[in-house]
Parts: sequence; structure tokens; C-alpha cells
Amino acid sequence: MDSVILKTAIRFLLPLLLLASVFLFLRGHNEPGGGFVGGLLASGAIALYAMTHGAAAARQVVRVPPRILIGSGLLFALVSGVAPLFVGRPFLTGLWTTITTEGLGKLHIGTPLLFDLGVYCVVTGVTLVFVFSLLEE
Amino acid sequence: MLLWLLAILIAAAVAPTVNRVVGSLGGGSLGGWVLAVVPAGVFIALLRLWPSVVNQQDVSVFVDWVPALNLAVSLRLDGLSLLFGLMVTGIGALILVYAGAYLKGDDRLGQLWMLLLLFMAAMLGLVLADNLLTLFIFWELTSITSYLLIGFNSDRPESRASALQALLVTGGGGLVLLPGLILLGLAGNSFEISTLLTSAEPIREHAFYLPMLLLILVGAFTKSAQFPFHFWLPNAMAAPTPISAYLHSATMVKAGVYLIARLHPILGGTAEWFWMIASVGAITMVLGAVLALRATDLKQVLAYATISVLGTLTMLLGIGTEATLVAALAVLVAHAFYKGGLFMVAGAIDHSVHQRDVRELGGLRMAMPATFAAACLAGCSMAGVLPTFGFIAKETWYESVGHVAGSGFLAASILSNVGLVAAVGFVCVKPFFGRRTESTRHAHEGGLAMWGPPVVLGIAGLALGLLPTRISELLAAGSGAIAGRAVPVHLALWHGVNVTLLLSLLTLAGGITLYWILRQGQLHRLKPYFYFFEGVTQYGPSRFYHWLLRTVNQFARGQTAMLQNGYLRFYLFTMVGLTVASVWMALGGELRSHLKPMPFDVRGHEVLLACLILAAAVVAVRATTWLLAVGALGVVGYCVAGIFVLFGAPDLAMTQFVIETLTVVLFVMAFSRLPEFRRLSTSATRGRDALIAVVAGATITVLLLFAMTVRSSHPISDYYLAHSVSEAHGRNVVNVILVDFRALDTLGEITVLAIAAIGVYSLLSLRPSKQADGEGDAAEGTEVSLRKGVPGTQFDSTAGHAADQEGV
Repeated sequence: MDSVILKTAIRFLLPLLLLASVFLFLRGHNEPGGGFVGGLLASGAIALYAMTHGAAAARQVVRVPPRILIGSGLLFALVSGVAPLFVGRPFLTGLWTTITTEGLGKLHIGTPLLFDLGVYCVVTGVTLVFVFSLLEE
Repeated sequence: MLLWLLAILIAAAVAPTVNRVVGSLGGGSLGGWVLAVVPAGVFIALLRLWPSVVNQQDVSVFVDWVPALNLAVSLRLDGLSLLFGLMVTGIGALILVYAGAYLKGDDRLGQLWMLLLLFMAAMLGLVLADNLLTLFIFWELTSITSYLLIGFNSDRPESRASALQALLVTGGGGLVLLPGLILLGLAGNSFEISTLLTSAEPIREHAFYLPMLLLILVGAFTKSAQFPFHFWLPNAMAAPTPISAYLHSATMVKAGVYLIARLHPILGGTAEWFWMIASVGAITMVLGAVLALRATDLKQVLAYATISVLGTLTMLLGIGTEATLVAALAVLVAHAFYKGGLFMVAGAIDHSVHQRDVRELGGLRMAMPATFAAACLAGCSMAGVLPTFGFIAKETWYESVGHVAGSGFLAASILSNVGLVAAVGFVCVKPFFGRRTESTRHAHEGGLAMWGPPVVLGIAGLALGLLPTRISELLAAGSGAIAGRAVPVHLALWHGVNVTLLLSLLTLAGGITLYWILRQGQLHRLKPYFYFFEGVTQYGPSRFYHWLLRTVNQFARGQTAMLQNGYLRFYLFTMVGLTVASVWMALGGELRSHLKPMPFDVRGHEVLLACLILAAAVVAVRATTWLLAVGALGVVGYCVAGIFVLFGAPDLAMTQFVIETLTVVLFVMAFSRLPEFRRLSTSATRGRDALIAVVAGATITVLLLFAMTVRSSHPISDYYLAHSVSEAHGRNVVNVILVDFRALDTLGEITVLAIAAIGVYSLLSLRPSKQADGEGDAAEGTEVSLRKGVPGTQFDSTAGHAADQEGV
């Protein structure tokens, strides 16, 4: 698609949209958002980039092949499910810990975040498979 | 004991690597010796437990697996398991070595070792299991590994067919066995075999006794190739010989016998037990012996002889007196030694001259002296000649059966043994004596790994015969476990001249005569008898199996052609139609009483949104270009998202907005691939579709209205709202449900999503080749799939998401 306006706009929009998707993903546990919508937003941004700059350029931006994204996403989710088994809790129980970091204050982190990261990766990967296989004959 | 299983499994995992590493170091097939260390180690570990087991001290392990389902991994080593465990690991170690020589230079050798070790672990688990369900799981694992092993030469169609047949027969038997075991567990109120032993009396008087016995016996009979399920075993000879020697003589086929023995103290001792098992066993025993003589392939002869011995074991367990139980175990041990050895001999001959037809073999004794020695040792044991353990086994067998009322069993035993002695002639005499034939001219002896294992087995058979004291201890412990009480066993090689010895001599004489007659080609005199048995095999169960397989396939093909006809519109019609029909069937008469008029309280902007949705839907239906249709669908989606916003579901709205945007973007990408927008349906079809659509929409509307009036219990959302922060540390309940409360659902959903990606990828990459074979057809097909396909994906992903939020 040879629209100069779209091309230029996407170049500036892409980082912003990706940032927004990470923002949505991270705030998901307490505010509207989450891995699912975050992943969709990220893949939407990349889809727009792929449309204007070509699939090959978009692949370079993503760096990770979509199928690796899907596989690692499933793996993350599975790991977060299996991890509690090692401390004697049932499958998929959330494990939480609090980390105090300089400048960031107290961080409440748990395995559900890893699980959500898995969802984020799978959703992004799947949509990118759609996008790339549509654009590359 | 779990460690043993683990060690064998690890050995299986590293087997291909071992093969590669040893191969690259120039060790050739020496990997078999390396891998054999593991089962040999387990064998020694088992031997170390011999003294305690023989003194009636069982060793057991209990691991709670899924306590909520009463599933436990419990293993127990008693006399019976020890006997089987020693056979599984001891012969297994020899087989690994032998397989290395048999498949020397083949790159699938690592794979064969791996499968053999996997099978070994499954079989060892099976004989150690003390829980009915654990036992069943291992039982099925042996079926599956056996399937892979029989089909090892996967490039040959007959090998695949045999593997499938074995899997279907034994797997089908497994399916029947499972309800039997569950009934047993319910009747005895426990799935632990050691607990069930204490409640044998109530189980035998339970109303479920006969059904459970029948179901369990079908499982055992299929596995142990009893009549009428015997036909899969000869076909399983399509497997390479190491596999036949291990699975189809020494171990797997004895699993059924093991199960009968294991359950004897619980279920045995009744008239049903006696007649069903003993008669089936006796029939199988005679049938196998006769069919063995009809076969000309070396391995087929051995396979039918194995069926005969399995029948013997079943019969002896069915009769179930103390003496017959001891005899069963003695025959079992003797058979494992000689039959494993004979299979390896057959494999060595096949490997050397590439010929297994008995008629074509001869004069091999000079060319293959070590193999000949092994064949002699094993053959003597099989024929029951004096100093071997086979002789002791047969004496015990005749002796025990002779004491049972009714001479039928004894007569059948002698008859089958005469056949087996003649079969020994074909396997151990015919190939080695006489002049060399065309095929055996270039015969040569294989390496140590080829003739070593059968010689070891042969010598072991001889040694046990000469020194039967130690094995008596084990047989006593084993038959004690089968009988449920201590059984004294005193085996001896020489019992003096008595009736049994005379019967043994009679058997030998009969067998030799029969061999001589058959050898002289005077077969025609016996032909009528053979025809009778041939009828049993050719037109009996085997034919039924093929008929059943064909019929099932035809049925499957027919209904697949009907239901999966490839038209997306048909699928949509079926799904929507069935949903509507089932909703109305469920709602039925209740509707009138529950459907109350709702307060009609809407605000202006809501009406506006509703009108917009309707208008956009009409535009989408009447659109004449792709862009218009897609745009209109997008408007519908955005308006629905707007409704979510108005009713306070920001998560849902946000997701919907992104999805809609993505869908439009994807559509724009697909435009270049879509054919020209055309209207292919007639106005009548469109009218029908409109009707279906309206009815479906109305049904869902009614369903929603109905659902709002009939809530009977508290919505689960209250629980989620109350516990979201305290238990899952999150304030966004929607997300907490997705990643914590219902995380298992989400895990399933993302897995489905990944599978959908594979589907889409393969559909889109297959497309060009499809277009090549029919331009017009393919164009229409593509249009249909793309037109409905992409909104379908959108629907699926939002539906999954929305399903999680119901009730929030």
C-alpha cells in the first residue's frame, strides 16, 4: 500500500502503539487491560506496519518468528502452571512475592503475570501468523 | 522400584544417542551391550530381593498420585511379580544385545532399542503394579509399544496391517478390561490389589461377579491370544525377530496369563472361573499345536506353538488346584527360556540365509554350529527331553492335570504336546540336518551377539533342569501368591518310573512319529483333520475381524461424507439449526410461565446505537462490494462495543474495539486475494438464509430474556468480586478470572488459538495448489472460505473471551 501519509504515520505510531500494548498488559491486573488485549494491540500495530512497509520489514521489526512466539507463549503459561507443583501447591496456583526496588518502590509480582505474558505472546504470534501468511503468497 | 522403571525409561530416552555415539566411535552395534547394562542391573536388583520375597516378605512402594480420584501408583513385589520381573529384565537384556547384531548397520537401530526399552518399562510396571488402575495404564502402554514394534518396518503395508490388527484386538480387549476392573474395584471397595485380597469372599458373591469376570477375561484372552482372539499373534510375526522373541513369546502375550494369575486369589475357585478359563485354554492349546504343524514359515510355527503354550497356561490357571498352579508357573518359566531362544535361532537363520520357509532349509549344522547348539538345547526343553527344565515342567503339568476329575484335560494336554514335539522337529531338526539346499549354500554363523543370547537361554534351561532347588523356592512363592496361601513345591528331575514318565515317553514317541509322517510328505492322510482346523482360522474369528474393520470403515466414510461435505454454508446451517432446535426443546413449555414483560426503560443514545447496528447489518447484507460489506460489519462491531461501554464492561469493549480494527485490517490485506464480488445464490436461497438468520436471532433474544428471569442461585460473580483482591491480588476481576480463577480455561483457549494458527497457515499455504486442479470450483471454494472464514475467527476469539466474562 503506497500511501506516504500512512507510511510515515506508522513509523511514529508503531513504537507508541507497542508501548501502549505493554502498558495495557502490565496494568491489566488492576485496571482494564491484560495480556489478551495487549497482544491484540501489539499485533494490530505490527499488522499496520506490515501493510505499509511489507511483511519482510515487519518480520525484521518483530525479530522473533511468530511460531516461536506462539510456542514460547504456551511454554510460559505452562511453566506458570507447573511451578506451584514444586512447592506442593495444585497446578496453576498463583505464587506471589514482593520485591523492593530502588526507585520503583514495592513490586508485587506473581506467576499469573508470567501466565498473562504467555497469553500476550500467543495472541500476538497467532495474529501475526494470519497477517504474514496473508501478505506473503 | 520406581527407580528401576525410571532407569529403564532414561535408558530408552538416551538409546538413539548411545547408538550414534557408539557408532561414531567405531563400536558398530556394541551399543546393545551398553544399554543392556540397565535391565541387567534391574535383574540383579531383583535377585537381591529374592531371599526376602521367598520368605513371604513382600516389598511395596506407595505414591499418592491424584488423591482426589483415588489414583495411586502402588507397586508390590511378591513371588509372582518377581518371577515375571526376572523374565522381563533378564531376557530383555539379552534381546537388546541380540537386536544390536540383528539390525547391524541399520540407522533405525537406536529407535528399536528405544522402543524395546519403553516396552520393557511398561511390562515391568505391569507386573509390579498393585493398583488396578496403575496396572491398566501399564497394560495399555504395552499395547501401544507393541503396536509400534510390530509396525517397525513401517514401509511394508502388511507390517502396518498386522500392527493395526494387534492394536485393535489387544486395545479393544483393554477397553473391555477397564469396566471389568472398575466393577471389581467397586465390588471390593478398593483399587488396591493387596486390599482386595482380604475381601475375596464378598466379591465372589457380589451381583457383579459374573459381568466383571467376563469383562476381565476378554481383556486377558485378547492379550494372551486365546481362542477366538488368537489370530493376531501369528500376524504379529511381521515384526523383526528380536521383537517376536521378546514380546510375542516371553513377555507381552503372557500379560493376560499374568492378570488371570494375579486375580486368581480374588476371583478364582468358582465353577464359572473353572469352566470358562480352563475350556478356552484347552481349546487354544490344541488349536495352536495343530496349526503349528500346518505352518511352513519358521516364525509362524513358533507363533502357533506359543499360542498352544499360552492355552496351556490359561487352562492350568483355570483348573486352579495348587498342583496346576505350580505346573503353570513351571511351564511359564520353561517356555520363556526355550521359546525366546528358538525365536532368536529362527532370527539367526533368517539373518544368515534370508529364508524362513522350513521346506527350503537344511544342512545348517556345520555352517552355524553355535546356533545349532542353541537350537538343540531349546528344542530339548520344548519337547520335554530328560535333563532340561522343560522335562520337569511337563512332568509337573501331566501330574497335576492327571489328578483332576475328567480325563479330557489330560488327553488334550498329551495331544497338544505330541503336536509340539513334531513342531520341534520342523524348527530344530529340519533346518540343521540333511543336505544343504539352494538357499542355505552360503550360510554363515553370526557374531557372538547373535548366537550368545540363545545359547545363554538354552544353558539356563538346562541348568534349571539339573538344579531345580532354587527355582522351586521362587515357584513356591509365586504359586503362593496365585493361590493366596503358602504352597509347598519340590521339583526334582527324576521321580522314578511312574505313569507320568510313561505318558512323557508316549508323547515323545507320538511326536516323533507325527514328524516322520509329515516329513515323508504323507500329509494327505491327515488332510481332512487339517481342513477342519483351517476352517476355524480362515473362516472364523479372523474373517469376522476383517468384516468388522471393513464395515466400520464404510460407516465412517459414509457418515463423514454426509456430515463433512466441505460446504461451509452447510456447517453453519447445521450449527445454527441444531442450536436453535435444542434451545427450543429445552425451553419448551416453561417459557410461558417465566417470560414476564420487562420494564421498557431505554435511553435515547441506546436507541440510536441499536438503530445504527440494524442499519449497518442491512447494509452488510445488501452490499455489492467487498469494502462496503467489511466496513458495514465493522460498524456493527463498533456499535456493539459501544453498548459494552454504556453498560460498564470496559475490558470487553476495549477488546472488541481492537478486534474490529484488526478484522478490518486483515480484510483489507485479503482483498487482493479475493475474487470479484459476485452473487452466486438465487433469491430463494437468500430468502431461506434470511429466515434462518431471523429465527436464530429471535431464539437468542428469547433465550437471553428467559435467562434473566430464572436465575435460581447466587451468581458466581459475587464470589469472584469478594475474593479477587484477597486471593489473587488483583483488582480487575475480569483479568483475574482469566489468569487466575479460570486460568485452566485460558490455557485451553490459547492452545486452541495456536492450533487455529496452524490451520490458517496450512489453509493459506495450500491454496495455490488447489486452484491448479479446477479453476472454477476452487475460486468458489476460496470465496466461501474467506468470506465466512475471517469473521468466523473474530467470532471465535471474542466468543471465547466473552464466555469467561459471563455472569460478571
